[in-house]
Amino acid sequence: MSSTLSTPTSAQEPGGAPSGFEADRGTDSLGGTVRAYLDRVRGGDLGALPAILGIVVLGLLFFVLRPETFLTPRNMANLADQAAPIIILAMGLVFILLLGEIDLSAGVVSGVCAAVMAKLLADAGAPWYVSVLAAIVTGVVIGLFTGSLVGMVGIPSFVVTLALFLGWQGFTLRLIGEGGTVPVRDPVISAISDKNVPVALGWVLALLTIAVYAALQLNRFRVQKARGLAHAPLAVVLVRIGVIAAVVVLVTAVLSVDRAPAVGVVLAGVPYAIPLVVLLLLLLTFVLGRTSFGRHVYAVGGNAEAARRAGINVTRIRVAVFVIGSTLAAISGIVAAARLGSVAPGSGGGNTLLYAVGAAVIGGTSLFGGRGRVRDAVLGGLVVAIIANGLGLLGTEAYLNFIITGGVLLLAASVDALARRRAAATGH
Amino acid sequence: MSAPIDRPEDGTPTLELRGVNKSFGAIQVLHDVHMKVYPGQVTALVGDNGAGKSTLIKSIAGIHAIDSGEFLFEGKPVTVSGPREAAALGIEIVYQDLALADNLDVVQNMFLGRERKNGILLDETSMEEAARDTLSKLSVRTLKSVRQLVSSLSGGQRQTVAIAKAVLWESKLVVLDEPTAALGVAQTRQVLDLVRRLADTGHAVVFISHNMVDVFEVSDRIAALYLGRMAADVPISQVDRPQVIELITAGRSGDLGIAPAEAAAVEV
Repeated sequence: MSSTLSTPTSAQEPGGAPSGFEADRGTDSLGGTVRAYLDRVRGGDLGALPAILGIVVLGLLFFVLRPETFLTPRNMANLADQAAPIIILAMGLVFILLLGEIDLSAGVVSGVCAAVMAKLLADAGAPWYVSVLAAIVTGVVIGLFTGSLVGMVGIPSFVVTLALFLGWQGFTLRLIGEGGTVPVRDPVISAISDKNVPVALGWVLALLTIAVYAALQLNRFRVQKARGLAHAPLAVVLVRIGVIAAVVVLVTAVLSVDRAPAVGVVLAGVPYAIPLVVLLLLLLTFVLGRTSFGRHVYAVGGNAEAARRAGINVTRIRVAVFVIGSTLAAISGIVAAARLGSVAPGSGGGNTLLYAVGAAVIGGTSLFGGRGRVRDAVLGGLVVAIIANGLGLLGTEAYLNFIITGGVLLLAASVDALARRRAAATGH
Repeated sequence: MSAPIDRPEDGTPTLELRGVNKSFGAIQVLHDVHMKVYPGQVTALVGDNGAGKSTLIKSIAGIHAIDSGEFLFEGKPVTVSGPREAAALGIEIVYQDLALADNLDVVQNMFLGRERKNGILLDETSMEEAARDTLSKLSVRTLKSVRQLVSSLSGGQRQTVAIAKAVLWESKLVVLDEPTAALGVAQTRQVLDLVRRLADTGHAVVFISHNMVDVFEVSDRIAALYLGRMAADVPISQVDRPQVIELITAGRSGDLGIAPAEAAAVEV
């Protein structure tokens, strides 16, 4: 009986017979898209704009202040290494922030996982893959624990993770011992930060990335156009591909220049941390954007009650995002340990978490839930890393570093809150 | 039963409730509720605030488990213990507060919780096509784009999306909780037309409203709740507006309604 409403689809579509929504298919003009974008920005949806502005402005600022050191290939490689752990931690936080929750313990969890790995490597003499696996499993278990307390017991995530922030620090201290450090000297793990992809392979990977991205975008455009669905104009798709290609080529080119400090040694190629971040970016973007799990994360963040009524297991989603958050914290901890060459009781403490939350928020992820993307972590993480890197080159004192970083986080959170108010007022 | 516009009552109701009881702690909200909803008909569910309408539809939706009583769907006794099971039977509820996620677009909302997939990938193409198809079959012409975020829609547009979402599925019973409550004149018109079209396409429709004009315009049957008891469940031709208002406010009117003794007991 209800089948009267589900007869075969698209019979009248391609011919252009009126069905009421021609507007979303007729935007073949570039001008229309630009106008729609400006409308969105005016309506409070700033997207990646603040982060891109931040990267450009801060980049120029530090270039002017430190022309000899800031924009050198050596410092760029260093910047990538510095940004990687922040970005990876922020990627996990994006999932948690999407639900409107927070994980204040993410930083110290990265420390716990790194400590587990370092102890296994140094004391038990375990091979690198066992240690890395153990660190990641530790992250998963911690995430399950945190997620269960938030999702099943129903304690606000702020309180749970504040308690765990203290608790896990104690755990790391017990594991490593007061005042001690555990060295991380495994060649494979150290390679994440101090080895580079061979220049030729780097170029192959770069071109492959561009080709695959272009193919996916163009294919999507073709299908949408052919089936008469909503789609962006071809010009916009081409500009998108062009921007990605330019960034990938530029980064690969800069990092393929020999940056060895001494003559006679060759130091060139993309640091392994970059393909790792790109891989996680692709994987997690896929999960959030193309799977029903990702869709459900957005739905729970936007309206948990609607999601529950739609039959989505809200508790399962809540637990899952904390597991993802802690797992990425573990990876972030491993990368940070590789960079520093050791794990100390204070690893993952201090401003680690603040940097990562700042990265996600500066990138455009809302603290109120429902809005955010994985790429926000990358863009925002770069902004945070540029600040840390640039201030380091300027030799500013520690107190100023704290104040500036705290100020930037506040600024980003204000932009988020104002954007939300603006969005509510304009009905976007 | 003699009125010419009466639809047959001997057919199998899509939904039949027999002697349903529901309590929250010490408070009994539904007392021995009987109700029949027929395919191709709009059944208006009326009752004052606190009469138990919301509890009744949440029980139908599987959100609240009933304490006792029979729940028959297309003549077969069933137990519905969750929204998913209700949906699997073909029961769709359109809530007063709409239950749409503002941060998702129209298509994403219509398929929420039941996304079409290609392996593990979401099948956006087929979902968008099906959404377009359903909306145009319901003659919805008020949306600019099916890829608009729901946060940018007006109240009437949201209601339309919520109803279209219910129709998208192989739904047999659609329950509408005050779909016209917050709407202007023109938008109310659109939604009422949509409600009538739902029944005309074979759906059994339960329509909750406080507006008697709307009720008499689109309904075939009327079910009146009074303090958790079903005061009447009759074809609309058997009652007129003053009688319905009496049923809502006093629980009885003439021969209809709960027995005087019982009504008196309830008043206390």
